[in-house]
This record gives sequence, structure tokens and C-alpha cells, in this order.
Amino acid sequence: MTDLTKLKIAEARDLLAKGDITARELTEAHISAVDGFDDLNAFIVKTPETALEQADAADARIQAGEAKGMTGIPVGIKDLFATKGVHTQACSHILDGFKPEYESTVTQNLWDDGAVMLGKLNMDEFAMGSSNENSYYGPVKNPWRRGTTDTVPGGSSGGSVASVAGFAAMGATASDTGGSIRQPASFTGTFGFKPTYGRCSRYGMVAFASSLDQAGTVTRSVRDGAIMLESIAGFDAKDSTSADLAVPNFEAALTGDIRGMKIGIPKEYHLEGMPAEIEALWEKGKNLLKDAGAEIIDISLPHTKYALPTYYIVAPAEASSNLARYDGVRYGLRETGNNGSLDDMYYNTRAAGFGDEVKRRILIGTYVLSAGYYDAYYLKAQKVRQLISNDFKAAFEKVDVILTPTAPSAAFAPGEKSDDPLAMYLNDVFTVPASLAGLPGANVPAGVDKNGLPLGLQILGKAWDEETVFKVSGVLEDAVGSLAEPELWWRSAK
Amino acid sequence: MSNIDTKTVAKIARLSRIKVADDKLEPLAGELNNILGWVEQLEEVNTDNVEPMSSVVDVKLRWRADQVTDGNKQESVLKNAPNSEYGFFAVPKVIE
Repeated sequence: MTDLTKLKIAEARDLLAKGDITARELTEAHISAVDGFDDLNAFIVKTPETALEQADAADARIQAGEAKGMTGIPVGIKDLFATKGVHTQACSHILDGFKPEYESTVTQNLWDDGAVMLGKLNMDEFAMGSSNENSYYGPVKNPWRRGTTDTVPGGSSGGSVASVAGFAAMGATASDTGGSIRQPASFTGTFGFKPTYGRCSRYGMVAFASSLDQAGTVTRSVRDGAIMLESIAGFDAKDSTSADLAVPNFEAALTGDIRGMKIGIPKEYHLEGMPAEIEALWEKGKNLLKDAGAEIIDISLPHTKYALPTYYIVAPAEASSNLARYDGVRYGLRETGNNGSLDDMYYNTRAAGFGDEVKRRILIGTYVLSAGYYDAYYLKAQKVRQLISNDFKAAFEKVDVILTPTAPSAAFAPGEKSDDPLAMYLNDVFTVPASLAGLPGANVPAGVDKNGLPLGLQILGKAWDEETVFKVSGVLEDAVGSLAEPELWWRSAK
Repeated sequence: MSNIDTKTVAKIARLSRIKVADDKLEPLAGELNNILGWVEQLEEVNTDNVEPMSSVVDVKLRWRADQVTDGNKQESVLKNAPNSEYGFFAVPKVIE
């Protein structure tokens, strides 16, 4: 029998519709793949009973002729989406034992469409990190190895990308604040899509930096990403920044025709000391799109180099404010100390509950918002952020999409960058600018480095023009052709 | 501009309500100075006459009627509380 876990969402959807496979068979195959995936630590909670119930309901729905794109499709859910009655902790100790009494809108949309939940996925604590080494539940391994050396899956959506790249889930929800979907997708050879800020509801997403956080998808193809995004997106009255816009049929945008389209190449994304392989990959992407009939146009985004420092003021400032809610009173961990006072309880709970990176960012955020420093740091950063956004607006008057590398390197080994916060932050140098401007972006797997590790190219689009990002991504994916799959070393290790 | 000493770290740790051991103040000061020294390159950007960004996409915040749309969920609200009594969140004694 063929391995059902190797199917893409679009293929499974068609087989389910024809009655060639059932949602139950598909789900059972994935439950067993998830069990065989323990060594990678991508799933921190498994929900096989729920999955089978949902699968049976999906089969009934398919029989009744009421199937949607995601009906019967087994997916993983990043731990920062609230799932009613199921562990939801954004992989932090401070939310110990938290089981929400409500469902996030993104996941509710999936269940309404008949999708199947395999479990909750590991991530960097509160989505702060670029290697998934900051989780309270331990690091995630990348299915791709450098020979026999482990590599990190990127972050913060490390569990999401690992589970999809390693054929344990057909798709996964993820979230992107400064690159947390696109950078890990690049490290694992998956298609990661972050829509325009406001396209997906943030209701029920554990907040990190509210002006940046946006839900998105990780899948093994562009088409799968279009199907899944259409399911999770949409207006929601419960999120005041949710956009009241109709959700387009993203799959219909995959026409394969980009003739005459203008592709921008920003000169500021040529970094000093960037590996030659990344430059070569970018050049290859340019040529492939040109061969498909697009016009390549050199552009300038002059404030690019200020995006990371801007981000590391804005995001920690918002985080310090958002994370003030974790006080040991209403949910999660409580550490009172010996007959401690209420104040002691706050200090002890937050000291025990937050990891080092989270504390570091809360402290920075508190500092830049504190009296006497607000104007110099926070206000200044919000002004530079406006300039960065203006750069993109000007560029998009000349081009339809922008093509860049997604990350400045391939996946690195655990511990290689974890001692140096600044070196770790540089991972997001290409993804952060679009996050600051709220723009949609995707990682398209485009090749491998000299060690056989995946590399990706980033496509950025105009606000609300996800369709063009999908269209160009689809053409690039086709032009790149089939790439190697990771060896299933974890399955044979049993 | 930034020169965070151990006293400043202790102050922002207090503002953040995070207990930091005395021997951790020094290393934290070093880390924070590194990060803040790096972000200070923003000073070279001319932001005269630039409005600070207040909304990332051109969407106006919606108005809605000031009506109660949800409620009567005391049990749900308290469900995850580390400690609750008489239908309230319970905390260590505040008034002696």
C-alpha cells in the first residue's frame, strides 16, 4: 500500500472525494506517523481520539457531498492557538496546566471545515526565538540533518515545520511575528505562508507582539498552502484588527501565468558576508522567474538595515505589556514562596515561569517604555517603522512582488548560536522588514546547500494581495522542480 | 546613550515583577547593553517630520454598540485559576 503520509493536501482531497481513501485511513496513517516521530519532539501533546472522531465526521460529510478543502485532512496546531480543553501554553512554564475554555478562531475555522487535529506542536516559548531551542518542552529536531549531525528546525514555529517536513502532519498552523513561519520553513524545505496583518483573526492566539503577530500555514506545496489559508482566514468580530474583507479563492490564483509581471530585487538584501550559495540561489530564482516571462526590476528599500533594530524595540515593548498578564492569579503557574506576600507571588511566579529569552525581552521592553526612554527608543522605532513601510509602498508602485532569500543561512546545529542573542536575531534579517510593514510573504523551497540542507526564497507582496504571492510562488515551485526529501531516519531508528 | 548598570537592571526587573538573583544582575546588564547598543544605530536615521506608525495596515478601528454580548461564565472564568474561593480568584493576604 502507498504511504498515505506522503500525500499532499490537494492530492488527499481529490482521493477522498473520489472515495479511493477514507479520512479514517488517512488519519490512522498519520497517528502512527506522529507516534514514530517522538525522537524529534515536535508534538508536545497528541490527540488521537479527537482525531479519529473528527475523521469519522469528515467521512460522513464527504459521503453527504458537503466536503470543503480541508475536510478529513490531519493537521498539527502550534501550541499558541487556544484549543478548548487541550493543553495551550505557547510552550511556556508560566501557563502550566492551562486548558482554555474557548477555541481560537483560526482553529475553529479548521474544525468547521472538517479538518482533523493530530496534536499540539512545539515552539519557542511565546514565539520568541529562531531555532526552537527556547521551548520549556525542549528543542525540536529538524528532519534534515547535516550528515548525521542534528540541525535546528528554525523558529519559532519549529514543531510546525518539522511535523510537515517529516510527513507526520499534512499541514500545520503557525504564527509569524518577525519571521517565525518563513525562516523555519526555509530551514526545512517547506512552504510557509504569512498573510497580510489582519487577514486571519488573532482571537485565541497567545499574544507576543500584537501589532506584528499574524497566523499562517506550513504545508508541503504552494497549492496546499492556498487551500489551508483559505480555511483559516476571514473576518472575525472578536479581533478588533481583523479586516472585514472577503477571502479570495487563493487556489484559483495558481494560474501558472506570470508573463509580464514585475519582480523587484532589493539591492539592500545583498548582505556582506552572506554565503555564496545564498547569492547563487537568489540568482537562480531570478532567472527562473525571468524564463517564465516575468520582468526583473532592481529596486531599493533604503531603510532595510534598520528593520532588525526597530523590531527589537517594538516587539519587546509590546511583549512586556502583553506578558504582564501572567501574574499567577488567574491561570497557569503560581509560586508563592514561603508565606510570601502578593508581591512576592508576582516576583516568584514570573521568575520561575519565564525562560531566559522571554525575561530578556520583557526587561528590554520595560526599559524602552520606561519614563525618560520612551521617546528615544519606542517613539523613534515607530517612526523608523513608518519609513520602512513607506519604502515598501514606493517599491510596490513599480513592482508586483519582491524576491529575496528567506534566511541568511541554512539550518545550523543546536547550540551554535544560542549563546549570542544578537547572532540569533540576525536569522530574521530578511523576514522582519515585511513583518514591520504587515505585508504577506512566503517561503518557497528552492534548493539545497553543499551539505544537502534546504534553502528557500522569499516572495513578498502588497497588502491584501496574497493571490499574487501564491501565483508567483506556484510558478517558482514548478520551475525549481522536485527537490530531495529528508531521509526518514527517525522511522528506521525504531 | 545606553549604559545600563546593575542598579538599572534591578530597577527594570522590579518594574517587570521578575525576581532576579544578585549574581545575575551583572551578566544581564552586559547582555542588555549589547542589545541596546546595537539598536541605537537608529539614531542615525533622520525622522524629522515622520509620524510614528500607529496602524500597520490602512484599516480603521471599527465602532460597535456598547452592549453586553457575553457573560455569566463564572465557572469557566475560574476554571484555570491556581486558587479560587467563593467564586473569586484567591491570592495571598494583602491586608494585615
